[in-house]
Amino acid sequence: MTDTMPARQTSTTHKVMPHPLNAWYVAAWDHEVTRKPMARRIADRPLALYRTEDGRAVALADACWHRLAPLSMGKVVGRDGIQCPYHGIVYDSLGRCVSMPAQETINPSATVPSFPVVERYRYVWVWLGDPALADPALVPDMHQMDSPEWAGDGLTIHAKCNFQLVLDNLMDLTHEEFVHSSTIGQEELSESDFVTTHDDRTVKVERWMLNIDPPPFWLKNMRDKFPGFSGKVDRWQIIHFEAPSTICIDVGVAMAGTGAPEGDRSQGVNGYVMNTITPETDRTSHYFWAFMRNYRLDSQLITTQLRQGVNGVFGEDEVMLEAQQAAIDANPDYEFYNLNIDAGGMWARRIIERMLEAEGRSARMAPAAPTFRRTGA
Amino acid sequence: MVASNIEVWQRATVVSVEDIATGIRRIVLAPEKPAKADPGTHLDLMVTIDGRPEKRSYSIVDASATGDRVALSVFRTPTSRGGSIWMHQLAPGDVLEVTQPLQNFPLRYGAPRYLLLAGGVGITAIAAMARALAKVNADFTLVYAGRSRSAMAYLRDLEAELGDRIRIHVDDEGTTMSVAALVESISADTEVYMCGPIRLMDAVRRSWGDRGLPPQQLRYETFGASGWFDPEEFTVRIPKLGVEAVVPKGRSMLEALEDAGVDMMFDCRRGECGLCEVRVQSLTGNIDHRDVFYSDRQKEDRAKMCCCVSRVVSAGAPAVVTIETS
Ligand SMILES: Cc1cc2nc3c(=O)[nH]c(=O)nc-3n(C[C@H](O)[C@H](O)[C@H](O)COP(=O)(O)OP(=O)(O)OC[C@H]3O[C@@H](n4cnc5c(N)ncnc54)[C@H](O)[C@@H]3O)c2cc1C
Ligand code: FES
Ligand code: FES
Ligand SMILES: [Fe+2]
Repeated sequence: MTDTMPARQTSTTHKVMPHPLNAWYVAAWDHEVTRKPMARRIADRPLALYRTEDGRAVALADACWHRLAPLSMGKVVGRDGIQCPYHGIVYDSLGRCVSMPAQETINPSATVPSFPVVERYRYVWVWLGDPALADPALVPDMHQMDSPEWAGDGLTIHAKCNFQLVLDNLMDLTHEEFVHSSTIGQEELSESDFVTTHDDRTVKVERWMLNIDPPPFWLKNMRDKFPGFSGKVDRWQIIHFEAPSTICIDVGVAMAGTGAPEGDRSQGVNGYVMNTITPETDRTSHYFWAFMRNYRLDSQLITTQLRQGVNGVFGEDEVMLEAQQAAIDANPDYEFYNLNIDAGGMWARRIIERMLEAEGRSARMAPAAPTFRRTGA
Repeated sequence: MVASNIEVWQRATVVSVEDIATGIRRIVLAPEKPAKADPGTHLDLMVTIDGRPEKRSYSIVDASATGDRVALSVFRTPTSRGGSIWMHQLAPGDVLEVTQPLQNFPLRYGAPRYLLLAGGVGITAIAAMARALAKVNADFTLVYAGRSRSAMAYLRDLEAELGDRIRIHVDDEGTTMSVAALVESISADTEVYMCGPIRLMDAVRRSWGDRGLPPQQLRYETFGASGWFDPEEFTVRIPKLGVEAVVPKGRSMLEALEDAGVDMMFDCRRGECGLCEVRVQSLTGNIDHRDVFYSDRQKEDRAKMCCCVSRVVSAGAPAVVTIETS
């Protein structure tokens, strides 16, 4: 790796960061991509997403080779093609022109870029970097999303902040006490110790809170599994980061002293907060999340309640993240100060910086272009 | 990375030159603003012909990972207007104007199998593809055809690197390639990438069509001007504008008309876009259609031509074409 590099060069203090390109990013939920083409900007690249007749998801650059009209406004034709809405050029799913209505031949350079796609874990993933490196084995592990041992659902947040700020938010859960005081926050969170470990691609932050009162969210979940439950619990939060932007958080509580820290979770409830953050632009992100649980799998009621509950919690994060990004942009001359609680997020940042270095790119980002807002009517 | 056609011009210094096959010289450049060169990319660069700057394109045969070293290989075209001759006089330390890599011939990863087909100096556009596919362990064959082994650039390197994934056809060894047999052997899920002389590519395109293979699976790049006949001097007349110009052997009809002060429309200048189309009103001689814009039917009509590449050749009497421009 880059261990020979002077420590200063991997400073890990950039407030917001560019995104690596050699990575799989979620472009959409599986159900969002249909035979009707849709537009979505992923990693700063406008994409047209659609499915072929046999159900394969396709990602093409959303700009026709001819005059750059958006293909997402076009329609699917034939087995796997899409027709430009402007002058009717038809491309196949590899982005190659198969028909040019206004001439008898096909121009050999008539192509639009087609990006590698993998469908996995209920998501459509795309690769915008070097296609020779697009190995499906690099899709981050989110197997709880479609495993028969887990049930749950999620939503997408359009977060008006750099993707790194969302990662920071999820890598340090002490904010729960302040941002989510009415649902999952409790003072033991910021009081309890945590252990951070990492390797080349992953970071783990583990925190246990023993013999505490369950906050409202967890009391409800315990009662779903153990009707009428009351009493103390042991609570855990084990954050798993996988580069560049997937965070799966193993969360739960078990009746206090029944052996959860030693590995017996049978007297408790376990959930996985699945998060994968896709940069949209330098300052906006598609934040795909789901809450999966491994108990009462057949209850759609619980699935819906959990999804709506977590949606409320994440709404609180969204407000904070947008406000933080606005404050960062409004104070370009102020730096971050990084604290001990930021260790997990700092390791994630370092891994991302090394991915950027490997792509020959800098972790430094251009300052925000000044924005001019119209005031009044 | 996304294919880019945006020309970013910069200066590049010649690092080394080396003759690697009969008439073919390898030229390594160090560009000022390096950019990664994907398979299928080329550089546009400015040559000097008769004291005039002219643009030529050369495929990137190989490059360093960051693109700070880029190798081109230039065939000294016998009927050259001067571009390849100018390239052959370059020496280490010389500085020229080049673009960053441009992409019109992108290689797609993930096809079930590939056939790469190179004729002569066309290997320059194909070699990087073969190496990239070998690196990702793709199922591919490189078919490389030439007049003689000594005229085939990179032959020995590629044989050593690719082993049984390369097939060689050499005219002077009596192993000339049969296009029909080659196309016959192609399975319907094969993607073909080819670059070579117009006759070879045209024969492949015809057999491809005859077999009803999907046209979008036949990818090719044209190096431009090579035609069906040797270039000759001919006369072009535009009665509407009162223009009569002689197109010398070493200039294109488009250039000759521009020289004569006609405001011509064009874009690609290599027979692909059709913007330089002129309507033929009368013709003494034959049209040597060198474009890929018109269909065979349109070419046989002899009613229009792409004047950036196509020429007129004599059939007995001196060649003259009378045209209308757009
Ligand atoms: C994308 C691309 C990649 C290329 N890569 C390579 C490469 O890697 N190596 C390489 O050697 N070349 C390459 N070429 C070709 C190169 O750009 C030049 O065309 C070539 O070097 C000949 O240039 P020239 O000026 O010497 O000859 P030109 O005068 O352009 O002559 C070349 C051919 O054009 C014909 N011709 C000559 N005069 C005319 C005329 N007035 N009108 C029409 N046709 C004429 C000749 O018969 C001859 O066959 C590439 C071209 C393109 C478009
Ligand atoms: S812009 Fe798409 S066909 Fe013209
Ligand atoms: S200018 Fe494009 S075909 Fe002549
Ligand atoms: Fe939160």
